[in-house]
Amino acid sequence: MTENNWDSTQPIVSIKDVYKSFGALEVLKGLSLDVMKGEVICIIGPSGSGKSTLIRCVNGLNDINSGSITVEGQEVHDEKLDKLELRKKVGMVFQQYNLFPHKTALQNVMMAPVLVLKEPRAEVEQRARALIKKVRLEGKEDSYPGELSGGQQQRVAIARSLAMQPDVMLFDEVTAALDPETVKEVLVTIKELAQEGMTCILVTHEMGFARELADHIYFTDRGVIVEHGPPRTFFNDAKDPRTKEFLSQIL
Amino acid sequence: MSDAMIESIREFFRQLAETHPKWNFIYIYDPGVGERVLDGFWMTIQLSVVCVILSVVIGVVGAWLQRSHHVWARLLVQGYVQFFRNTPPLIQLLFFYFALGQFTPTYSPDGWLEQPVISNVGWAIISLSFFAGAFNVEIFRSGIEAVPESTIEASESLGMSHLQTYIYVILPLAFRVSLPALNNNLVNLVKTTTQAIVIAVPELLYQLVSIYNDYSTAQNACMVLMFVVYIGLVGILVLGMNRWERGMQIPGYGA
Ligand SMILES: Nc1ncnc2c1ncn2[C@@H]1O[C@H](COP(=O)(O)OP(=O)(O)OP(=O)(O)O)[C@@H](O)[C@H]1O
Ligand SMILES: [Mg+2]
Repeated sequence: MTENNWDSTQPIVSIKDVYKSFGALEVLKGLSLDVMKGEVICIIGPSGSGKSTLIRCVNGLNDINSGSITVEGQEVHDEKLDKLELRKKVGMVFQQYNLFPHKTALQNVMMAPVLVLKEPRAEVEQRARALIKKVRLEGKEDSYPGELSGGQQQRVAIARSLAMQPDVMLFDEVTAALDPETVKEVLVTIKELAQEGMTCILVTHEMGFARELADHIYFTDRGVIVEHGPPRTFFNDAKDPRTKEFLSQIL
Repeated sequence: MSDAMIESIREFFRQLAETHPKWNFIYIYDPGVGERVLDGFWMTIQLSVVCVILSVVIGVVGAWLQRSHHVWARLLVQGYVQFFRNTPPLIQLLFFYFALGQFTPTYSPDGWLEQPVISNVGWAIISLSFFAGAFNVEIFRSGIEAVPESTIEASESLGMSHLQTYIYVILPLAFRVSLPALNNNLVNLVKTTTQAIVIAVPELLYQLVSIYNDYSTAQNACMVLMFVVYIGLVGILVLGMNRWERGMQIPGYGA
């Protein structure tokens, strides 16, 4: 990214009054939120409320109609911006893992640093092995995604994103496709990451997790933020009837 | 095999031709004729290998252009594919050699005779590669369509460029899906190389036809050889492709 005056006292991700439609369908209707460096924020809300769309806008997978999204002070939806530069800073993990099925776990993790960052193979391999160890998959380096369980695949996907050494991680319902036992192993990994100071933006339905780890929770419905706050206030004295209804269904 | 053995085999076929004039395997006992068969065989191999490689390259590049943001690039590829898929390869060969051949520059290696820069073999390679390439474009395109959009997004969200994503993610996955269809098309291409006979490319069919024009009793023997060679060639190609297919199989993925 080009030089700018961003420093870590300013929000690392800043979303301001973002509007986004798919054709006639308006999905985001003037949404704003700020994330400080090292913060963990959780976005919750009913299906179709635009959560995925919102975080996909942050790394430029979706474009926006109006408003502004900055990462480290740099406008994301700037025609002149090199999307590749942005994506080196922002990692993303998907609900369906989306690993490269023709590559082993180790190769999945190594691919982008070698091809995008053009780092020496040996160096990348060392880091990749360390990351695989970190997500507790030692011994699975040479397994293909098809040979791994959902939870294991998701942890490889997390390691794959981390290998790019991003400053911000986006997680889009990364445990939603997993069975209850494996959800925990993935959450533990994310928890460690958060505790190490990684800035995390999570879309999640894991309320226990959000309550324990989030610095801030945002509840979205029909393209707007209905209510937000730190977990204690958010869960204990939600004011908006929509939030209350959602929480009563999910808790 | 010892010389004596070879000589006795030759003698056997020489006798056979005399006792059964319909079965004159002249290429076995007449070294000059044998030479012509080998030349034709070698030309067929070269033609097949070069066209197979070029047609795959054309397929890969064409399928990439079909994903282009430029409308004209997509239209160009679409036009090319439709043209070559919907006209007979025999006519394509004639068209390339006789129609386009007129407009290609000539050169004179010895200062006397003018020679076109692209020989009939050259035109056969171009024409047949484009013919099979058109099918390969479509084959790869449908393979690419089978690659989930979400896998492509994952690649791009890691900072990989469109080209890197194409080369390292899309193609390897699309290739696996495409292999059975590619297999068929390449077999077809090898068989179609015989049509280069119409522009006098001295491949196997050309040589064998000219042999039995010279020695009419050799007709049956030439036909037999023709089938044997093509069954062998196609067999080797299919075996190779099947091996490749197995080698590319990913543990725990697909069938
Ligand atoms: N590429 C697209 N084209 C058209 N419509 C889309 C597209 N992506 C999302 N939408 C629509 O936008 C709306 C919001 O989708 P989004 O995926 O952001 O919701 P979500 O909050 O993530 O829901 P869920 O909890 O089910 O994942 C939905 O109505 C969806 O159908
Ligand atoms: Mg979603």
